[in-house]
Amino acid sequence: MTFELRNVSYAYPRSRRPALRRVSLEIEGAQHTAVVGPNGAGKTTLVRLLLGLVRPDDGVVLYEGRPAAVWGRREIARRIGVVSQDGPPNHPVTVREFVDMGRHPYVRPWARLREEDREAVRSAIRRVDLEELEERPVNGLSGGEVQRAKLARAFAQGPEVLVLDEPTAHLDIGHEMQLFSLVRDFVDEGGSAVTITHNLHLASRFADRLLLLDEGRLLASGPPDEVLRDSVLSRVFRWPIRVVDLDAAGLSGLQVVPVDLGRDRDPGASFDNDRAEEGSP
Amino acid sequence: MRPGRGRPAGLVSLVVLLGLAVVTGLAVGPAWLPVGEVWDALLPGGQDSPARAIVLSVRLPRVVAAALSGASLAVSGVLFQALLRNPLAEPYLLGVSSGAALGAVSVLVLGLTVGPAGLALAALAGALVAIAIVFRVASAAGYLDTRILILAGVVVASFFGAGVMLVMTFAEGRTTRSALLWTMGSFGNASWGMNLALAVYSLPAVLLAFGLSRHLNALALGEESAAFLGTEVETVKRVAYLLASLLAAAAVSVGGVIGFVGLVVPHAVRLLWGGDHRFLVPMSFLAGGALLALADAAARTVAAPLEVPVGVVTALVGVPFFLILLRRSYAGGAG
Repeated sequence: MTFELRNVSYAYPRSRRPALRRVSLEIEGAQHTAVVGPNGAGKTTLVRLLLGLVRPDDGVVLYEGRPAAVWGRREIARRIGVVSQDGPPNHPVTVREFVDMGRHPYVRPWARLREEDREAVRSAIRRVDLEELEERPVNGLSGGEVQRAKLARAFAQGPEVLVLDEPTAHLDIGHEMQLFSLVRDFVDEGGSAVTITHNLHLASRFADRLLLLDEGRLLASGPPDEVLRDSVLSRVFRWPIRVVDLDAAGLSGLQVVPVDLGRDRDPGASFDNDRAEEGSP
Repeated sequence: MRPGRGRPAGLVSLVVLLGLAVVTGLAVGPAWLPVGEVWDALLPGGQDSPARAIVLSVRLPRVVAAALSGASLAVSGVLFQALLRNPLAEPYLLGVSSGAALGAVSVLVLGLTVGPAGLALAALAGALVAIAIVFRVASAAGYLDTRILILAGVVVASFFGAGVMLVMTFAEGRTTRSALLWTMGSFGNASWGMNLALAVYSLPAVLLAFGLSRHLNALALGEESAAFLGTEVETVKRVAYLLASLLAAAAVSVGGVIGFVGLVVPHAVRLLWGGDHRFLVPMSFLAGGALLALADAAARTVAAPLEVPVGVVTALVGVPFFLILLRRSYAGGAG
């Protein structure tokens, strides 16, 4: 499935500053795209537009070349699985019932789950390794387990595309790796994935392409080592930043390290210096 | 604990409970009838007897009205709770029932002869006005504030309740039901005509609510998550609001304002059998019917030969229940 944003702008109602300004991009094929940028850069807005939750003020969002607005939610839900930041439901449901809901776009209102639905649910649960917790209530799971349950629900939708909104926000390093690896497997099998994340290191390791947003604009897009550069990151995050290639240490990916300013230097001043240096040859 | 264990057995036991509640409602009253006589009266082709007359023409319409109203109010509560993602939402506390009562009495006072079916529609109009006001006030912040929701509901309820009192004062002597019966609830006026209208509105509405149950489950995850799972959120919400208001209005047009059924019943069902709406809707339907049939039986007997408004019985049970829920839902910070 291909997504395309053409010259899309969007401002939230009652807000004068646009959240996105004339963003164009295309997402297709078996690749993992990570959306990065500072808080308030427009990452979530971009994904909400991609998912058809909000309509652009200007420009157009296309799925398979057709405007997103003509697609029904059911049709979209059969192609795009989402791991959102919503918490688990406030009433008790088991992991299996929770993952069952991934079959929602396939089941008619009064009908029961068919064998193929049940098989999709079983294999999704197996895939994220939650078989042993299948009968446990979701609101009793650990943070990492809840995220895997949500991923299983998205897998049960039989999607061509996975969209993940800060999927590792509250997870430890091990659980982060586990989740990103599951997404990589999905992409290796031909799916495509779009992940919003603040973890630039994992983005550099797992994503084929990075989209860097700042103040609603798409600043850079391309392979991680082209997007993650000292100068642009320092400007965007308003803090001097050094990007370290981990290859030298026999590891993969890039490490993005904020530079220590010392006690009485303010980051703004340093950021100006940085820009001055950048300007001089 | 595994949520949702024993639901088939639960359904069966609720059917039995409803049956027992109906039989109890038929047996008790100014004259207590043995269960055997009630049973004989219900069987076709039985002999005419005073007991048969009491059961079939006096008590049965009343018990059916109470059971159908209770079932409707309970399902209405389930829908409002799912829509507003708040376990304290129910038609009485949201002001919907009082709005419905004002809609109904206004029509009566204007002297319009509309019949039970028209009365229910007038009640629906009042219910929709009430929920629209409450919703607007509670979402003034740009999002739905669930604390303001209940506060606004109770205040709107009291306003519409005052409206009912005022209108009924002008109508003195022109209608058979008093203001007290409208505001505190009674099935003393129940007739087969009313029951027919109630059934025509309620049963399809409950069936549609059941058809929505997967969407309601999805909504319980949050509106965005529901959309990601394929639910057309705005359409489902609009239909569910309409169904919830219709169910409450149909019940109010028969029995007046009866509180807390829509709160107590879904909560108890959720506690025992989990929150899956495919079970919550039918189980609340059965349990709501049983509860209100029993409450009506109690209303007729506790002060016999006088009758207590049935809303008094449900409030005496429901308010302590509400307070416990309120304390619990804000104690852990969980809303």
